[in-house]
Amino acid sequence: MNGENISFWEKLGKIDRRWIFLIIGLVVFIPIAFGLRMTVHVSPAVKSAYDTINRLPEGSVVMISIDYDAASMPELQPMLKAILRHCFDKNLKVILINFWPLGLPIGNQGLEEVAKEYGKVYGVDYMNLGYRPGDIAVMLRMGTEIRSVFYGDIKGTPLDSLPMMKNIHNYDDIAVVVGLEAGSMGDYWVQYVNARFKQDLILGVTAVMAAGVYPYLQAGQIKGLIGGLKGAAEYEKLVNHPAFGHIGMASQSWAHVAIILFIILGNIGYFMERRRKRGL
Amino acid sequence: MLKKQIPLAITFITGVIIVITFFIPHPPFGRLQQDALTWYSVIFGFTMLLGVDSLVRFHYRKLRRREKGWWFSIIFYGGFLLSFITGVVSEVRFGDAFNINSSFMYFYNTILIPLQSTMFALLAFFIASASYRAFRARNIDATFLLVTAVIVMLGRVPVGYMLWHKLPNLTSWILNVLQLGPMRGIMIGIALGTVAMSLRLILGIERTYLS
Repeated sequence: MNGENISFWEKLGKIDRRWIFLIIGLVVFIPIAFGLRMTVHVSPAVKSAYDTINRLPEGSVVMISIDYDAASMPELQPMLKAILRHCFDKNLKVILINFWPLGLPIGNQGLEEVAKEYGKVYGVDYMNLGYRPGDIAVMLRMGTEIRSVFYGDIKGTPLDSLPMMKNIHNYDDIAVVVGLEAGSMGDYWVQYVNARFKQDLILGVTAVMAAGVYPYLQAGQIKGLIGGLKGAAEYEKLVNHPAFGHIGMASQSWAHVAIILFIILGNIGYFMERRRKRGL
Repeated sequence: MLKKQIPLAITFITGVIIVITFFIPHPPFGRLQQDALTWYSVIFGFTMLLGVDSLVRFHYRKLRRREKGWWFSIIFYGGFLLSFITGVVSEVRFGDAFNINSSFMYFYNTILIPLQSTMFALLAFFIASASYRAFRARNIDATFLLVTAVIVMLGRVPVGYMLWHKLPNLTSWILNVLQLGPMRGIMIGIALGTVAMSLRLILGIERTYLS
């Protein structure tokens, strides 16, 4: 400090970042390590997403789009699992589709894991279309015929040989599309598939993206919005299956509290320093 | 001369056809749109190959010239070859590279997922450090930002409800009212800008992509 005598309060504005890293690490790690949980309250946006799926009659088709990779997995994978549990519990048919190639194995793992829990059969109760390049082009072509883009499923099995796909040709045969988004694909689903084909949509997005998606919810372009790990935890609560979303919520809660405390300390230090400089 | 006129003509014809087919999805325009989308998908697929080619050449150049951080390029080649070889072997052995028992999935689960998750998780530390340094109540605007950020951060986690049960509602109000108006304005602005730029491209006014 160039020989300056600064008070304890002023030091609060100059905490070494390593202390911040250590405390954030601890508040994230401890709740996960000890499995601490917090009571989660369901928001209207998530309830609306849940109700949209819950109202579907048995046998309806839900398409889930995996538009994320491992980086967003902690937030979006709990959402995928909670939604799959809801769908399989209600005997809905599930089609998985991927627009992020690196998300393909993640989505497939989640699907197979939950399908196994419910004893569902591949090709009868659920299937995975896999990945096709082309984003918007793929979305638009599926509006006419899914087979014009996906000749087979993820394993190359022709779609017509899968019993559940016999009567599924385009968006007319799909009740709801759920987009789990870590990028711009959610915007495309809304702008091209909802706007053009009047397809009902639900979006599950990372917390950092949620604010940008609210206009779609308020305008009725999406039926529900699941935002970040909190959204995942809320959906887990609705399907009565608390899992990673709930554990993660405790970490996130205390991390937010720690950040707010640091902000307060920083401001105390800032005002004390300003006071000293003004000679007060 | 043709070097410029042909691409401009292709852009004009394609742009006009796509706009017409969007508003008239019936024959013959609907068919044209399907064809255009097929071409788009094929071209998009090739761009991925182009990306691989570009990446491989970039790292080869870096290695040959021993540029700063050249040994990272060795890691790139290692990762690239590992993914490629295990992908092909898994496809042959299991008939599906994504089979849970395949070597490709083993490396995907044990290397790629932890690496990507770690990179993303580091953000939490940097955001905490940046918030501590940046959120200072220097003036009235900064104070508004600071107070709003604190309310939203608390209201978006269960601890906010524990502190005051109406905090999540206040957070929702901030997101649905205070945030939504400007956000919608920004989105409309972006959309209008996109329309204007598309028109400039279709009509050949914007030509920077040709150089």
